[in-house]
Amino acid sequence: MAETETRARTGTTTTRTAVRLEAVTKDFGTVRAVDAVDLTVRESEFFTLLGPSGSGKTTLLRLVAGFEQPTAGRIELAGDDVTATPPHRRDAHTVFQDYALFPHMSVEQNVAYALTVRGVRKAERLARAHEALTTVRLDGFATRRPAELSGGQRQRVALARALVDRPAVLLLDEPLGALDLALRQEMQTELKELQRTTGITFLLVTHDQDEALTMSDRIAVVRDGRIEQTGPPVEVYERPATAFVAGFVGTTNLLRGESAVRVVGRPGTYSIRPERILLTDPAEPPAGAAASSAGRRTVTGRITDIVHAGAHTRFTIALPHGDRLTVLRQNLTGLPQSARPDGEIGLSWDDKDAFPVPS
Amino acid sequence: MPAAPTPGSRLRLTALLAPPLLWLTLAYLGSLAILLLSAFWATDSFTSDVVHTWNTDNFHELLTTPVYRTIALRTLSIAVAVTVIDALLALPMAFCMARVAGRRWRRPLLVAVLTPLWAGYLVKAYAWRVMLGEDGVVGAALAPFGLHGPGYGTAAVIIVLAYLWLPYMILPVYAALERLPERMLEASADLGAGAWRTLRSVVLPAVRPAVFAGSVFTFSLSLGDYLTVQIVGGKTQLLGNVIASQVTLDLPMAAALSAVPVVLIVCYLAAVRRAGALDSL
Repeated sequence: MAETETRARTGTTTTRTAVRLEAVTKDFGTVRAVDAVDLTVRESEFFTLLGPSGSGKTTLLRLVAGFEQPTAGRIELAGDDVTATPPHRRDAHTVFQDYALFPHMSVEQNVAYALTVRGVRKAERLARAHEALTTVRLDGFATRRPAELSGGQRQRVALARALVDRPAVLLLDEPLGALDLALRQEMQTELKELQRTTGITFLLVTHDQDEALTMSDRIAVVRDGRIEQTGPPVEVYERPATAFVAGFVGTTNLLRGESAVRVVGRPGTYSIRPERILLTDPAEPPAGAAASSAGRRTVTGRITDIVHAGAHTRFTIALPHGDRLTVLRQNLTGLPQSARPDGEIGLSWDDKDAFPVPS
Repeated sequence: MPAAPTPGSRLRLTALLAPPLLWLTLAYLGSLAILLLSAFWATDSFTSDVVHTWNTDNFHELLTTPVYRTIALRTLSIAVAVTVIDALLALPMAFCMARVAGRRWRRPLLVAVLTPLWAGYLVKAYAWRVMLGEDGVVGAALAPFGLHGPGYGTAAVIIVLAYLWLPYMILPVYAALERLPERMLEASADLGAGAWRTLRSVVLPAVRPAVFAGSVFTFSLSLGDYLTVQIVGGKTQLLGNVIASQVTLDLPMAAALSAVPVVLIVCYLAAVRRAGALDSL
């Protein structure tokens, strides 16, 4: 993580911007899908647009690709104004959610398409198609048809096809959405690796916060056609700028109004991540922490639900006055004895972990 | 996915399929078989009665008489020409309907293509006879350019047949273009292809099977037609009207003649099947 941050920081000073959106607005009839968005993606950056479905993130991607024309605003690729440039003249390729492979062409022909269109000689274009297929570990599949491939393989072909002529920007529209969990996690690692080795700017759209947190150098959280927060994953997760970001990126306990005063001890809106709360026996001080010292908050509640989820367990705890907290606990040893359904339990967290959120 | 057939469902399926299958084999293929069988009979040249003596004289005559060969070739050429013209007309028309026209215009355009199918065949053929005649609109429209209309003849037959069968070509091509996902066109543009390149590399391969499917109709309907040629063909002789004129005089010869389009169509279907067109019918 530290490495990533260092690279991103040095990147600011040495590299130029790959994609810039200035006050871009897109209306579909009376619906405003994108609302005066400003966005800057740096060169060689893995940038993610994260948001729920219908938030306008895919429209943003399609605006960059050129499939949609903005109602207002300006779009730049590598410093050039491309607002009026058609998609086939933009140095950006898209990996579509449904891959959009050409069914009548072989894998090889699909991958070589961008080169064929530009009139690259056959020998060279085959060599480069094979090189791209090797990059995505599909070199034995050149003569197959897309219909003969599995979902994961098609996804790789789509990647190879978009990478074959080294575009300045790769646009990825929920590229892992159609894959099963194990394959998705494998592909997350591979995508990140691919981005690192090729140095191509990746602009990814997803609704999956895990995906965004795992792969990105920076994340922009999108909601209702606007960007709520932009920053590195750690920052977006640890210091959410809005209540929406706190709730959408990871799970959180959001406390506001009366609840904030009762639970956190201060007025305002606060976010406490479930993994930051320690479970203790109600009478004892929390293990390994200074007992009831300043800077630590301790409350007592009753466990209403325990969900065992493999590596961790999720507890739902009811506090007096009807407040509820969710606690995530790694399944290590040393669980307090009272941690059973309907048991009295102590909860404690560092004051710093009750993060104030502008509401 | 249908469930595994149980004895009960299999019985029901048989009962359901038996009547149409019976109809298909007995009435439809059966009559065709009898037709082919009668081609091997003879005709009493004096009374024109069919004589049930087994011989291959009709086919011998068919293959050795130059007139029949010329007529068969002419019919084949006209069917090919009609098919090519319809394909060339249908592609841009279907493309406009499926891709260029807005959603609101698709239905009216589709209705406009289908409407001529509701009008009677004879009415349409005679309308063309009027248009192509001495004082017809076609001649009048060409006159200012110093040109003459095609008059009645082979060209007129091709024009009218191409007009008559055009909807059968437009419909499958339109369906194929409408099924073509917008994403395919976007992906092509995204990878650097301009409009023409996308048309050639993505759109045409996608509609090729549909064009073949449509051509099965335009080709076979043209091969069998005998009315249009009588109405606008002038002196032109095609297989259809030769058969029609032989039916009363020499039924076995007419049967032998009608084997020609059947053989041609079977050959055509086999060729088209290899192109994968029948999968989309």
